[in-house]
Amino acid sequence: MTTKSHPILSMAASRIGLGLLSLVIVSLIIFSAVSFLPGSYASAILGQNATQAAISAMEIKLGLNRPWFVRYLAWLGAAATGDMGLSFSGRPVMALIGPRLKNTLVLASITAAIAVPLSITLGIVCARYRGRFIDKFLSTSTLASISIPEFFVAYVVMMVLAVKLQLFPSMAGIRNGMGLGEQLYRMVLPILTLLLVILAHMVRNTRAAILSVMASPYVEMARLKGEPEKRVVIRQALPNAIGPIASVVALNLAYLISGVVVIEVVFVYPGVGQAMIDAVRNRDVPVIQACALIFAAAYIGFNLIADIISIVSNPRLLHPR
Amino acid sequence: MSESDRGQMNDLAHKLRNGAISRREFLARSSALLAAGAAMTMPGMSYAQTAEPKAGGKMRLGLHNASQNDNLDPGTWSTSWTGASFNGGVYNNLVEILPDGSVAPDLAESWEQEDKAATWRFKLRKGVTFHNGKSLTPEDVRQSFLHHMKPDSTSGARAIVQQISSIDLDGSDAVVFKLADGNADLPYLMSDYHLSIFPAQEGGGIDIQSGKGTGAFLLDSFEPGIATRLKRNPNYHKNNKPYLDEVEFISIPDATARLNALLTGEVDFIQDLDIRNVPMVERSSDFTVQRVPSLRHFSFDMDTRVAPFDNPDVRLALKYALDRDDVIDKVFLGEGRKGNDNPVSSIMKYYHELPQRDYSIEKAKEHLAKAGLTNVSVDLHVADNAFAGAIDAAVLYQEHAAKAGITINVVREAADGYWENVWLKKSFAGVDWFGRAKVDWLFSTIYTSKAPWNAGWSNARFDELCEKARTEADDAKRTAYYAEAQQIIHDDGNLLTVAFVDWRNAVSNKLGYDKVGGLMPLDNMRMCERWWLKA
Repeated sequence: MTTKSHPILSMAASRIGLGLLSLVIVSLIIFSAVSFLPGSYASAILGQNATQAAISAMEIKLGLNRPWFVRYLAWLGAAATGDMGLSFSGRPVMALIGPRLKNTLVLASITAAIAVPLSITLGIVCARYRGRFIDKFLSTSTLASISIPEFFVAYVVMMVLAVKLQLFPSMAGIRNGMGLGEQLYRMVLPILTLLLVILAHMVRNTRAAILSVMASPYVEMARLKGEPEKRVVIRQALPNAIGPIASVVALNLAYLISGVVVIEVVFVYPGVGQAMIDAVRNRDVPVIQACALIFAAAYIGFNLIADIISIVSNPRLLHPR
Repeated sequence: MSESDRGQMNDLAHKLRNGAISRREFLARSSALLAAGAAMTMPGMSYAQTAEPKAGGKMRLGLHNASQNDNLDPGTWSTSWTGASFNGGVYNNLVEILPDGSVAPDLAESWEQEDKAATWRFKLRKGVTFHNGKSLTPEDVRQSFLHHMKPDSTSGARAIVQQISSIDLDGSDAVVFKLADGNADLPYLMSDYHLSIFPAQEGGGIDIQSGKGTGAFLLDSFEPGIATRLKRNPNYHKNNKPYLDEVEFISIPDATARLNALLTGEVDFIQDLDIRNVPMVERSSDFTVQRVPSLRHFSFDMDTRVAPFDNPDVRLALKYALDRDDVIDKVFLGEGRKGNDNPVSSIMKYYHELPQRDYSIEKAKEHLAKAGLTNVSVDLHVADNAFAGAIDAAVLYQEHAAKAGITINVVREAADGYWENVWLKKSFAGVDWFGRAKVDWLFSTIYTSKAPWNAGWSNARFDELCEKARTEADDAKRTAYYAEAQQIIHDDGNLLTVAFVDWRNAVSNKLGYDKVGGLMPLDNMRMCERWWLKA
């Protein structure tokens, strides 16, 4: 090999390759898991109209009489060309998920735009004033909010701000024909809940990452040289803590896309998580698969970016021994 | 007034409050009691005010069963969401079921039958137009039925349309249905929400894309699994109806979120109020808990082809060994009407009132002895979704039955897949029945020996009575046949009805409505055109 590619590019390419492989494995696991579930789309849809004849008529119509691996390969082939296929209800999967995915992304981006800068700032503040009142207060309150299940946070927020004080609507459900202002107003409570849930994780990890760097000899050296503490934290410690901070941010961003199902249910927010629940209940496999792919892609994508950021910020990682 | 009269009076008042009888019926029966007795004190009664309907306003409904798979193909409808928004809002049937359970003309103005109910002629109402201005023709009706009759049909109305052998147009305003066998209930079956009338397309088939029906409302927007908005149809064929300008259906799957939406004024009506939330709604002066008696019932069903259920006395012993009052009190928190081992609901025509079967350790032992046993052990299969509270009910039943020497092993099954793997497969299992609006329909789908969901019970006399009653035009004879059939099920049948439940909704006091039908949820699916806003 005479051509020498840039080490970061070749690293990124190999990570992307591994990411795609993981996607295929995830889709295989989900597909087989769904086909082992008891019950079928036909009986779920027909309910108390489900006679044996009606069920088999529907299964033949949907091609469900074929073995599951045949269906999987057919689906994989189509998905590779970007065709997510038709849902069992006959509508294209992307038409079904598309608007909901947009809603999820809007909610996730607004939350992330607030949460990421805020949590990193708070984390730095905690590290800088370690052991002081502000650190103790933030550590305790974030520990509390990380320990409470998210649906409970959601219900408390809803009870106080929507039912008792009536400041905000209890339903975030954005529907056709609502103006942007009303949509944002309706999204306040879910955003607030999500902030409470993910802030804690990111603040604590930022603080821990900076503090672990602060224990290293070169920081001691900087202090001995007489640099002010604020400068030590921001100029000396923070750049070396970017790797771990990036990975916790990535995890939380992925959570915002794939893990907000409970929040969506409580606030009646029409996001992609509800689409997946609905699909699982109906055994609508093409939709389940598409949602799983989106979620897995979010995790893999964000982690890939976090990896690249930490490697760029720490060139030693490029040349593992 | 004697003690028993007072008891009856209280019972009537209770029934009135629960909506089991109408006010007119209450007045008639209570004045009869009054005439027989002396003075009395009126028990506390709360009347729903039936003010004159008012025009205008928007009603918002919070329902739980929307799905992203919902679409306008009537064959796929299976929920109260699709039933009430599409069938009840945008479309009509040939006939309509009134709140009192009787059948009334809708798109059909009148109908007549001949050949022992095997030929039916429906005459269409004049001047009805679809939302796009097209007039209703017999061809629209014919195509709307053929849609469900295709050979590979997966329609929910398949069982009904299978009885039809041909549909012919008769002139410009009538349709003739020929049935393979007579069925005196055909007009009622025409009210099935799948059998909505759609506009026919050129070259056959119906237009299920455009959302243009004949109904009280125009389909304004439809986001599957999220919301459906309807706007008033100014050219509706029923006088003054609809009253509302707009109706919005909003999907709220979570019970707590539904309650909060009501309490914060996001919606005016929520469906299926959780029993634990009843006191919360009842405390408020802005909302009412509405209980509409329904066909829905919870039962434990036995397979009588398998020992020990093959012995009628063992079945009776099991029926006597259940303390229904205790279950209703503890598991359903008082929300339910006692079952009497009869699947026919008291709100149905041809309901035959039988003496209530109550918990009796002696009678249970007596029937066990007749079967030549002193004790018996059975497995009862239940899951969380067999019916709401099924596991708790089974555990209580275990306690009740133990006193009569009957051992019940409660087998907890997984909720997921319960209907595929347990129901109709295990010989004794909990079932949540939605019921059927007509006795014949109920019996011929579940209890006759050829019924598709027969759980393993057959009785020749019962089958014969159903056959005879189906084609019988004389109402008195029909009533007698069905009374005997219900007696047979009660004594010999394979089901142990725990309770009948109500449609339990929470309603804002701003909404106005008349008597509410319970054969189907949401005022027989037609609340859009029957309800109004008071303020």
